[in-house]
Amino acid sequence: MTSLLPDILFDPLFRVPFVTGLLLAAVLPLIGAFLMLREEWLAALGLAHLAAASALLGLALGVPAVIGGTFGAVAGGTAKAVFRARGNAAYGFMILIGWASMLLVAANTAVGDSLGHALIDGQLYFAGTVDLAAAVILLFSSAAALPWLGRKLLRARFFPHFERANQLPAWRWHLGMDLLAAVGMAVGTATLGLMAAFALVFVPSWFAFRAAASWHWTLILSALAGTAGYLIAFALALGLDQPFGPVFVAALVVLAALAAIPRRFMFARREGSPRPCPGQVRSAAEPE
Amino acid sequence: MTDADRQTRPIGDALLRVEDLVTGYSRPVLGPLSFTVAPGEVVGLWGANGTGKSTLLNAIGRSARVFAGTLKRAPHLTLAYQSQRPVRLPVMPITGRDLLRAAGAERTEPPPRLAAILHRRVDALSGGQYQLLCVWAALGGNCDLVLLDEPTNNLDPETEALLIEILAGQRGRRAVLLVSHERRFLDAACSRVLELDTRRRGE
Repeated sequence: MTSLLPDILFDPLFRVPFVTGLLLAAVLPLIGAFLMLREEWLAALGLAHLAAASALLGLALGVPAVIGGTFGAVAGGTAKAVFRARGNAAYGFMILIGWASMLLVAANTAVGDSLGHALIDGQLYFAGTVDLAAAVILLFSSAAALPWLGRKLLRARFFPHFERANQLPAWRWHLGMDLLAAVGMAVGTATLGLMAAFALVFVPSWFAFRAAASWHWTLILSALAGTAGYLIAFALALGLDQPFGPVFVAALVVLAALAAIPRRFMFARREGSPRPCPGQVRSAAEPE
Repeated sequence: MTDADRQTRPIGDALLRVEDLVTGYSRPVLGPLSFTVAPGEVVGLWGANGTGKSTLLNAIGRSARVFAGTLKRAPHLTLAYQSQRPVRLPVMPITGRDLLRAAGAERTEPPPRLAAILHRRVDALSGGQYQLLCVWAALGGNCDLVLLDEPTNNLDPETEALLIEILAGQRGRRAVLLVSHERRFLDAACSRVLELDTRRRGE
């Protein structure tokens, strides 16, 4: 396996899928950090299901998955913003609607179950130039929007009365974040698969929220953790001839667990200490 | 409109003028009451628990309903509003400095005691430290009128004394309207104190 691995890794056939996935592995965790800030990480799973359902419908109509998926996710994100649908109940319904739609489309169109499974499991190796273009657009959109959105979303999170008291057009940045998350989940779902895209949004930011010393480092750690997980999973999946999506999810979960174990060990030894280790600050409410 | 036009212009001599205001949510809970807040004034609003002090701040902050009377804000008046229970999340990788930046209060030099903890994550601060940080986030920005709801919550006597000092330093520079059930604190911190009728509306 090890002798074949370098040849496969540098095979031109895998270049476009590799670069596409790498871009998403750096960008989606940043979006995930903002969703975590808003306590809306579960919304990402709802958007991923809606994206998968509409991607499948698009494929049945001959539209690339990344374009079809974007329509469904953006519609879901817009509806979420317009109806101010927040909280676990709203995200639960998004997941259920997306899941039912996806399986019904799969069962009643020519694309059938196989493509439905491909979207759930991940089809990174089939990513083409359309997927790469979508990832590049997502990268530039995020680079342009997140610095503008970041401060406003932080202010909205910690000082919720400010926008209303000053009659600010808060819908602009809340809708902007919802649409960015929707497009990110659509591109991620179409390229990496439903659960892999969700894991990429959720796990790196979950880890960074517990480990980072500041918001700036939260964003950096999120992107680094996502990228590291992706590189490990890409090599393992190719080398061991395994489907990418499950390997990627497993790699991210294992990385998060490995990062959490030493912290728990240190907390146990330094119980009662407000700062368990340099540069890492323990949450006051973090469970032992 | 030019920047000069956008500057806050007091209504007469006031930034905020409340006349015969009756306010509440689904039904009136407070009023009628009248008062004004002028530029540079630190005004305290005292009343026992349940008299509707927070409702009044919510009405000024456009989060409660006005049933009768008028509530006039100076044109282009900007408000900072620190509620009774600051948003506090169990796991949050935001430092005190991040929080001040989000509030637009990063350019004002904080008191040394607060400056010493700005590098720490807010979820590692004590309740009193976080309360003082949030109050400073409201005061350290450039809003014309700062609304503070029970700012002494969670503060020990030493920190409360520091808050009195901070608020006293705002007199003549910034309009502040704060509500509290601690009369001695208001007397020490404010230019003047208004007293709400302790009888509940309708009783």
